[in-house]
Amino acid sequence: MTYFLDLFLSGLTRGSIYALIALGYTMVYGIIALINFAHGEIYMIGAFTALLASMVLGSLGLTGWGLLLSVAVIAAIYSGMYGWTVERIAYRPLRGASRLAPLISAIGMSFFLQNYVQLAQTSNFVLFPDLVPQMPFLKPISAYLNRTQVIILLFTSVSMVGLTLFIKFTKIGMAMRAVAQDMTMARLSGVNIDRVISVTFIIGSVLAALGGVLIGCSMRQIYFYMGFLAGMKAFTAAVLGGIGSIPGAVIGALILGFAESFAAGYISSSYRDVVAFIILIIILIFRPEGIMGQAQTQKV
Amino acid sequence: MTHKITASHIGRVIWSEFKPALLASFWICLLAFPIMTLSINPTNQSFKFSLDRMPYLALGTFVLSILWRFFLKRRAFIGITKAVHQSEGLPEDLRKGPKPSWLTVVKASRYRRQGIYVLLAIMAILPFISSPYTVNVMVTALIYVTLGLGLNVVVGVSGLLNLGYIAFYAIGAYTYGLLNHYFGLSFWVCLPLGGLTATLMGLLLGFPVIRLSGDYLAIVTLSFGEITRLVLNNLTVTRGPRGISYIQPAGFFGIDLNGAPKEFLVNYLRVDPAMDINKIFTYFIILCLVIVTIIFVFRLENSRLGRAWLAMREDEVACQAMGINRTRAKLTAFALGSTWAGLAGVVFASQITFINPASFSFLGSILVLSIVVLGGMGSIPGVILGAIVLSALPEQLRFFSQYRMLLFGALMVLMMVFRPGGLIQSTREVYIHKTNGNGKGDGNGTARLEALTGAPKPEATGERP
Repeated sequence: MTYFLDLFLSGLTRGSIYALIALGYTMVYGIIALINFAHGEIYMIGAFTALLASMVLGSLGLTGWGLLLSVAVIAAIYSGMYGWTVERIAYRPLRGASRLAPLISAIGMSFFLQNYVQLAQTSNFVLFPDLVPQMPFLKPISAYLNRTQVIILLFTSVSMVGLTLFIKFTKIGMAMRAVAQDMTMARLSGVNIDRVISVTFIIGSVLAALGGVLIGCSMRQIYFYMGFLAGMKAFTAAVLGGIGSIPGAVIGALILGFAESFAAGYISSSYRDVVAFIILIIILIFRPEGIMGQAQTQKV
Repeated sequence: MTHKITASHIGRVIWSEFKPALLASFWICLLAFPIMTLSINPTNQSFKFSLDRMPYLALGTFVLSILWRFFLKRRAFIGITKAVHQSEGLPEDLRKGPKPSWLTVVKASRYRRQGIYVLLAIMAILPFISSPYTVNVMVTALIYVTLGLGLNVVVGVSGLLNLGYIAFYAIGAYTYGLLNHYFGLSFWVCLPLGGLTATLMGLLLGFPVIRLSGDYLAIVTLSFGEITRLVLNNLTVTRGPRGISYIQPAGFFGIDLNGAPKEFLVNYLRVDPAMDINKIFTYFIILCLVIVTIIFVFRLENSRLGRAWLAMREDEVACQAMGINRTRAKLTAFALGSTWAGLAGVVFASQITFINPASFSFLGSILVLSIVVLGGMGSIPGVILGAIVLSALPEQLRFFSQYRMLLFGALMVLMMVFRPGGLIQSTREVYIHKTNGNGKGDGNGTARLEALTGAPKPEATGERP
């Protein structure tokens, strides 16, 4: 039973990080129907910025909660800037082009960012510092849940709630929902489409950066290629939950996290990814629009 | 009232152009600031700070930003002119067709047939006068031509985004590798078997994904590719990540090509003595495969099936309404596309004699997809050119090998922004209703349909009613 609980909790944390990245995919997809392949790279850049920031701030003498929070904020700001720039360069000039053009451009951007970090930094694994401070009050449950997992669950749930509130109650959130429903109609009602899209990219990137910081804290090492697999997993999660749907992305990510964790625990860790992908294929065959997605009927 | 252009006017114009470029340059420097100036030393977890790279970055982004803005404006201008012409029914209407590019000139040329013969002759002589390294590069390029043409059937012609194409290539390669390793079967037996296995796998993948379209299809094919790679990596039969080595190269009637034939070639044809003649033989095999593929896809393009695919790409509902069996069209596209990947895989295994799962990663699928997209989706000459450029160019760019992939990524973005149709854009056949004006045509003045490939045929030019 303890083994099961272990797997359950590790699946939960794994799924939470996938969820943070998957939200960026699903929001962008919901608005401009684009698979943003460069999103995984933004997450990787978030992790690298966090590492550099923690080194600089650490050498300036910052420690504990202050260090963790300021590193997270810096990583989030930088990733947001990167997300905005990527959209400006690689996607905005392609509005109105065919479906494949932005996808290829996204893949190109992903290559570019990967190699940029590899050339500017290193192609090796880099150790990530342990940013999570000690929490003595966790003593009673520390057998099941370590402090990094607590932080991951905390950060993730706070950002989920924040995002939901943002989309529900702010004006720009309303504009985002409007654009996702019908872009032309939203434009006619005076919504500035370009601005909404930019904000979407920035929010997605900020969440991805948080994911990057958290994965750094939990895996304790990062490298330039980490964005690829994580991005692919997160995208899988987004599709699983029904791409374009925000609660769907979270559910999909959690399912994926549990599936991987249990597959690794009960079958074999080398078949972890195979199980995840097979689940995806099976779900898509029986429910092509994903778990929470709405079936689109094609009108003539 | 006259306007005199003064220095301040010019200054203002220059400033209005330079200001955004300066801002962009500043922004990029700000973005790159932490990652470009701080470098981590992974061995002792220290970092060092240096501003050395920033001036180059600032200057580079400034110049690039000016070029970027210029070309974006030019693109917008061309778009507007085209739209105006179209709306007024001016020059660019159907009768005149689009401006003849060099490709259509080549197509319409009287010497086309002779040109093809000359090209074939050059291709046949080439391996005998080049170095072993060049032959290897050429074989790789031709393998990518086959892969590109195969994927073009799936993505370019039928519009089904397949992100796991490399899996079929892997299946072909492993079919030969395993059968050769365990049963000693020869290349010629395995070539059709590899194609067949890949086709069957294509059908196997095709059946469940019939109902999916667009991005869902993309993600399922992507998963399929990853599953294939992971399974190959984990099975004991395939020897896991160590892969299969010592695969036999293709045999030529049991003759040892590096024996007597090599002596003859080296002595009388001055072939490089370091050359492995098996490589030359592989070159000719893949050349024949490419030629067969090209003929096949050219014939397919205007067949009943080819047109069904085009219709399916344009609109699935409308194509079904026209009585096209969508299921069959999709399945054949998947299966045929996979066949070529399987055949290319067998040749690949015999070329490098060693295969492991790492050769068939997602990057490979992306490379083949880039060949199709950069070359021009649906355009056969485009795909051939794209394959040659993308597989041979990195070899030529060895001197900045570390910046190779960086440039490759940037090139993909630029290509999509400024030339989304690819290097050689595919032209749809246009049928025009031609009335007979000067009696040169079919005499009795009846209307006839004439196939035009983009540009009008020579005799059609002066006859616009």
